Amino acid sequence: MSKNDPIERHTIAVLVDNEPGILARVVGLFSGRGYNIESLTVAETDAEGHRSRITIVTRGTPMVIEQIKAQLDRLVPVHRVSDLTMEGPHVERELALVKVVSAGEKRVESLRIADIFRAKAIDSTIGSFTFEITGSGEKIDAFVGLMKPLGLAEVSRTGVVAIARGERGM
Amino acid sequence: MSTAAKSPTTQDTAQMNGAEIVLKALVEQGVEVIFGYPGGAVLPLYDAIFLQNSVKHILVRQEGGAVHAAEGYARSTGKVGVVLVTSGPGATNAVTGLVDALMDSIPIVCLTGQVPTHLIGNDAFQEADTTGITRPATKHNYLVKDITKLAQTVHEAFHVARSGRPGPVVIDLPKDILMGKGEYKSAEAFKRVSYTPRLDPDPKSIAQAVDLMLSAKRPIFYTGGGVINSGPEASAALTKFVRQTGFPITNTLMGLGAMPAADPLFLGMLGMHGTYEANLSMHGCDVMVNIGARFDDRVTGRLNAFSPNSKKIHADIDPSSINKNVRVEVPIVGDAGRVIAALAAEWDRRIAAGAKPDKKALAEWWAQIETWRKRDCLAYRKSDSIIKPQYALERLQAITAKRDDVFITTEVGQHQMWAAQYLKFQKPNRWMTSGGLGTMGYGLPAAMGVQIAHPDALVIDVAGEASTLMNIQELSTIAQYRLPVKVFILNNQYMGMVRQWQELLHGSRYSESYTESLPDFVKLAEAFHCVGLRATKTSEVDDTINEMIAIKKPVIVDMCVDQMENCFPMIPSGAAHNEMILGPDDKGNKGGGAGPISEEGMVLV
Ligand SMILES: Cc1ncc(C[n+]2csc(CCOP(=O)(O)OP(=O)(O)O)c2C)c(N)n1
Ligand SMILES: [Mg+2]
Repeated sequence: MSKNDPIERHTIAVLVDNEPGILARVVGLFSGRGYNIESLTVAETDAEGHRSRITIVTRGTPMVIEQIKAQLDRLVPVHRVSDLTMEGPHVERELALVKVVSAGEKRVESLRIADIFRAKAIDSTIGSFTFEITGSGEKIDAFVGLMKPLGLAEVSRTGVVAIARGERGM
Repeated sequence: MSTAAKSPTTQDTAQMNGAEIVLKALVEQGVEVIFGYPGGAVLPLYDAIFLQNSVKHILVRQEGGAVHAAEGYARSTGKVGVVLVTSGPGATNAVTGLVDALMDSIPIVCLTGQVPTHLIGNDAFQEADTTGITRPATKHNYLVKDITKLAQTVHEAFHVARSGRPGPVVIDLPKDILMGKGEYKSAEAFKRVSYTPRLDPDPKSIAQAVDLMLSAKRPIFYTGGGVINSGPEASAALTKFVRQTGFPITNTLMGLGAMPAADPLFLGMLGMHGTYEANLSMHGCDVMVNIGARFDDRVTGRLNAFSPNSKKIHADIDPSSINKNVRVEVPIVGDAGRVIAALAAEWDRRIAAGAKPDKKALAEWWAQIETWRKRDCLAYRKSDSIIKPQYALERLQAITAKRDDVFITTEVGQHQMWAAQYLKFQKPNRWMTSGGLGTMGYGLPAAMGVQIAHPDALVIDVAGEASTLMNIQELSTIAQYRLPVKVFILNNQYMGMVRQWQELLHGSRYSESYTESLPDFVKLAEAFHCVGLRATKTSEVDDTINEMIAIKKPVIVDMCVDQMENCFPMIPSGAAHNEMILGPDDKGNKGGGAGPISEEGMVLV
């Protein structure tokens, strides 16, 4: 392992049996081996087959990324590990709920910016808006950044979900 | 007629309780022996054990001993070792053994009791989060919450433990599951889809590997525990293939016995306390053929100086072992036995088609290796009076050399490394030592497990006095089952390996590495219904060993050895293979090595 190897960001999808402890296995693997988790999402995607899909965004040298995939694949309840970053073009999306508490000109400005970002107001009171926004992580970062001076009160983000472009499936 | 007299295990399947289901599944899996210790949560299982005769239970004296015994059993037979412990402290006591088995890839199924499902999470008496605690300590673990899944879980646990890269598996069994009624299902009824270890190597990588091997001028085989785990046929095939190629071979600590030590192609063990010839051959080779070894840090020394000019082939059943520490040119995923068979077949095919290995280069390579061998790196300063630990082991080797029934286990420390250096293993599955975890207290219970599997064999635990005390309670088990285990203590009164590092790295400040008030091991043997022998002079060594072997009872030998002896050769932490330290009397001119240990090396273990 060379210290000069570049650090890469990879998005990895993992298909697992939806059984107790599976998330702890995956998270424990990352913490135990000192790998980094930038984002992790999980939900059941096939109720009949009891399968869940975990999407992990991680960073590491190419050798570490290979290790992460091999280590994930070694877990007994894991069916498939797919490195979306390596395997061709893919789309990534994240959803965020952003609460802004303000009045007057700031309130109007937050609505205007939300419109530009195609964020929806899904809850509002006289003094607040809650926006729903989807997009890439950077887009959400940008939106949240703009809301800061406009009364940003709270953010809840899902983490990244991702899927390969085109006809390819996992 | 009444059906009341039927034994529980032959009742209608629909009427079995969970404990009987577990036992029946164990029988179907071919289990003959369980190592265990009872407690409240597993009483239903102990009741089921009481009412049957197919599975024998060995009552250990501490759960840690049960796991090591099961490891010894597994490693000497190739079967899965089985452990049964109660909830809470029973399970936590087993954890060290589980990690030991994980690090050394030993197949173990450990059944742990658990509080009833409705109490889980309530801090109930003797409740521990066993699946949580053992998740990173096992290859896989299960908590059974539904009796309809019980039989399946046991069958699957055995499959996971023994297939692919073997390892320990825990099944946590709540007491209500053990007592509930359910139906038995046989193993054929299930198949897990998500777990499919790859066994057969890719023919393309085999061809590339043979290309490299044919072009080699300075080749070496470096093989490990994977070959042992693949079964004795794999070792036999390896020996045959190595002889066909005429290449030198070195084994890891875990891999000893795969190549007969008596073979001239065998260079001995490599690594931190490996031989001069093995380590320098690894350093200087141009093609390395690694089969079933994992480039452990004890083997590689400083990574950026490890075998700098070689092209590397690495075959491993576990893809995560490949390119983990060392980048290799030809990765091969597969079972060691199948890889060796495929390599040998491809080699034969190429030779038949006219391929010519570089015989001349190989002869020069061997000439070089012979000069390294002549350095006689295992030479040590002899003494007519004080017993040198190396001498005691040389004599043990010489006296037992003609026997075909010798099994060696070890504790951890200098004695372990000396055993690896001076004892000669001609066959696989004869050498049981804690490699990856380095667990003091392993050898005595492991020897017990080996002796259970091989009642008539000569089973010797080569021990240090400090390690022996870590699981000394198992002498009571050994006495109960009349196991004629021999505990061969190289008693230097020090935690010798710790003392050696303190001498080399910490200015000979022997902080807490001397054991005051050691027991009198001869009297201790007697208290445990064993025979105790002691030797204090060189002249007594042979007689003591002969007497130990002649006594058909468990024996503790207190070999009082030189307290200040160090284990050489040694590659200090953070050094390269060619920076090895040789013994104080080494006759070679000091080149490279033996310099002060770097700061970077100091932080390494
Ligand atoms: C459970 C455990 N604790 C601590 C250590 C660290 N350690 C490695 S070797 C050793 C000394 C072993 O002494 P002894 O059994 O007398 O063997 P010797 O080195 O003297 O041959 C120690 C403490 C260990 N390997 N395992
Ligand atoms: Mg000692």
